[in-house]
Amino acid sequence: MTLKHTGIESSLAMAEAVRLANTDVIAAYPITPQTHIVESLAELVANGQLDAEYIPVESEHSAMSACLGSSAVGARTFTATASQGLILMHEVLLVAASLRLPIVMAVANRALSGPLNIWGDHSDAMVTRDSGWIQIFVENGQQAFDQTICAFYIAEHPDVLLPTIINIDGFHISHVIEPIAMLDQKTVDGFLPPYKRSITLDPDNPITMGCFAMPNMYAESRKALDTALHNSKKVILEVWRKYGELTGRHYKPVEKYKAENAETLLVTMGGYSENAMDAIDKMQGEGKKVGLIRICLWRPFPYDELIEAVSGARNVIVLDRAISLGGPAPVCSEIRAALYTSDKRPQVASIVGGLGGRDISPDDFEKLVGIGLEQIKAGRTADTIMFGVRE
Amino acid sequence: METLSIYAPKLVTNREYIASGHRACSGCGEVLAVRYVCKALGRNTIISNATGCMEIISSPLPETSWEVPWIHTLFENASAVASGIESGIKALKRKHGYTKEVKVVAMGGDGGTADIGLQSLSGALERGHDFLYVCYDNEAYMNTGIQRSSETPYGASTTTAPSGKNSMGQHTWKKNMAAIAAAHNIKYVATSCSSYPFDIMTKVEKAIKVKGPSYIHILSVCPTGWRCPSNLTIKMGRLAVETGIFPVYEIEDGQYKLNIDLPSLRPVEDYLKLQGRYRHLTKDSTAVIQAKAIEEYNRIRQLSGLKAIK
Repeated sequence: MTLKHTGIESSLAMAEAVRLANTDVIAAYPITPQTHIVESLAELVANGQLDAEYIPVESEHSAMSACLGSSAVGARTFTATASQGLILMHEVLLVAASLRLPIVMAVANRALSGPLNIWGDHSDAMVTRDSGWIQIFVENGQQAFDQTICAFYIAEHPDVLLPTIINIDGFHISHVIEPIAMLDQKTVDGFLPPYKRSITLDPDNPITMGCFAMPNMYAESRKALDTALHNSKKVILEVWRKYGELTGRHYKPVEKYKAENAETLLVTMGGYSENAMDAIDKMQGEGKKVGLIRICLWRPFPYDELIEAVSGARNVIVLDRAISLGGPAPVCSEIRAALYTSDKRPQVASIVGGLGGRDISPDDFEKLVGIGLEQIKAGRTADTIMFGVRE
Repeated sequence: METLSIYAPKLVTNREYIASGHRACSGCGEVLAVRYVCKALGRNTIISNATGCMEIISSPLPETSWEVPWIHTLFENASAVASGIESGIKALKRKHGYTKEVKVVAMGGDGGTADIGLQSLSGALERGHDFLYVCYDNEAYMNTGIQRSSETPYGASTTTAPSGKNSMGQHTWKKNMAAIAAAHNIKYVATSCSSYPFDIMTKVEKAIKVKGPSYIHILSVCPTGWRCPSNLTIKMGRLAVETGIFPVYEIEDGQYKLNIDLPSLRPVEDYLKLQGRYRHLTKDSTAVIQAKAIEEYNRIRQLSGLKAIK
């Protein structure tokens, strides 16, 4: 059963989800703002509340490498990281995907150096974008808990077998105490099937993992991985449907908030979406036809759902919480690409904001929408605006 | 001399765990060492292999030479992957009724061990995982075309530390990996050489009996990179040992034991002159190598409680 709401820090709720999933191996290296997740897990293991091997590795590179090993022998595997840690393990991430190892990872999104900054934005997640992992963004602690349970199901599903990242905004979600309705052990056991991998490193059935591919094989391998990632959406939707039936909490790749009949749609991803909702409430109260679209599934990218969600609007204003230096902002770029082949193509304004932990308050969101609309009106949609930056 | 009525040869399994048909160069001492290591390990083994020669010669998709479960992921992380394998099996045993007794082994070349993989190796040794690490040291990055590593010996010419008008080639001495491994206070560390099959197999058997981490460093002759005829592989390894250039020893619970105890050493020139990588050496630099070989050999002798030789 779903337990009643308890005030708990999101990071701790996520650790509780990892415990409820009866995870076998956790390999992790500390980095702010991921620390509360792994500290909590270490404590659960130390107290005997979770029967798992906790490997306190000497780097994030080794954290993900150890995860490869444990997942390859058939152990349910979890890690968490952020920022520099995520990009240090980057080359290992690609291998995890190509070996089809269903590792689940929490990323407490944080800015990248330099300059060094420990606060939240999505720069780290954008570096990881093309790594072959399923990537989900959450907006609060409840979603962090729910998506962690779902992530094991999705990743380990025999039709998927892909590693999965749950992105939670550093500090803005990771360190916030919220009322969260968790599940009891029996409910999770009934929902989440055990990790049963048919192909493992097993002396009784020796296999070779991690061959190199010559030019005559490499492209086929990459194509197979890409197809697998695209196909995973079917299972993602199915798992979210089952979870919705179980808990009453329903998830979609693209969520709409008061978006019906909106002329202008704001698009966000991750933790700042709740501030945006407040702004939308206020603006709609003033009679403005502004709605909100939130992207929950980042990879595989939900093209169909996104086109359906935004193509009825006249204006789309996309907030990116990462900058692509010398290029278009990543989320906006994706949306523009998705809309290009659509019959209805709204005008799209691109805004980058909330870098390195800078807040975007509901009032700011109102301003941000205003700036986006001005850009569209002036025909300057090719520009990317940095919101609230001193020049 | 006493006449023997029964000759008792040492028995070695016919079973191969790295199949023929791999792409190693002719005369490769490294794959020979791998073969002996695998024979001693037997079938109940999982290998985590670093990127390098042994990986590239054995696993071109969709083929494999490996007859034990084997995983290659990256260059610098073989030990970390092995940590995960070992921990995963521990959890499976405790929680999911897994009953197999599996030996977890990580392996890599000198670059994957002493350079780029040193951190992950140190981490895995320090954490005390029950695994064996085997370094196949062919003294340079041979897979990418003979670039220097921290295991390239003094005076050798490589493509990134070439000899020239202003250079004698490598001007640093080999990194002492056995001592670095031993500094983690692990129970078993050994050196060996691809020309001594029984020494390798005995040491692997010993190492895998140890509970916790163990480390074996195997000098693996590389005719391609050392620029010597490929039919001299066995001889070259023996000369490395007999000249004192590569002492073969064990460190058990911190105690050194010289395994190939030579009453006197051959001159290093016997070893150096057969290899193109040393062709440029002057008499003076040969003398420096000679002095260092005796000094190092005597250091190991002394640590083993043996008298120094001249």
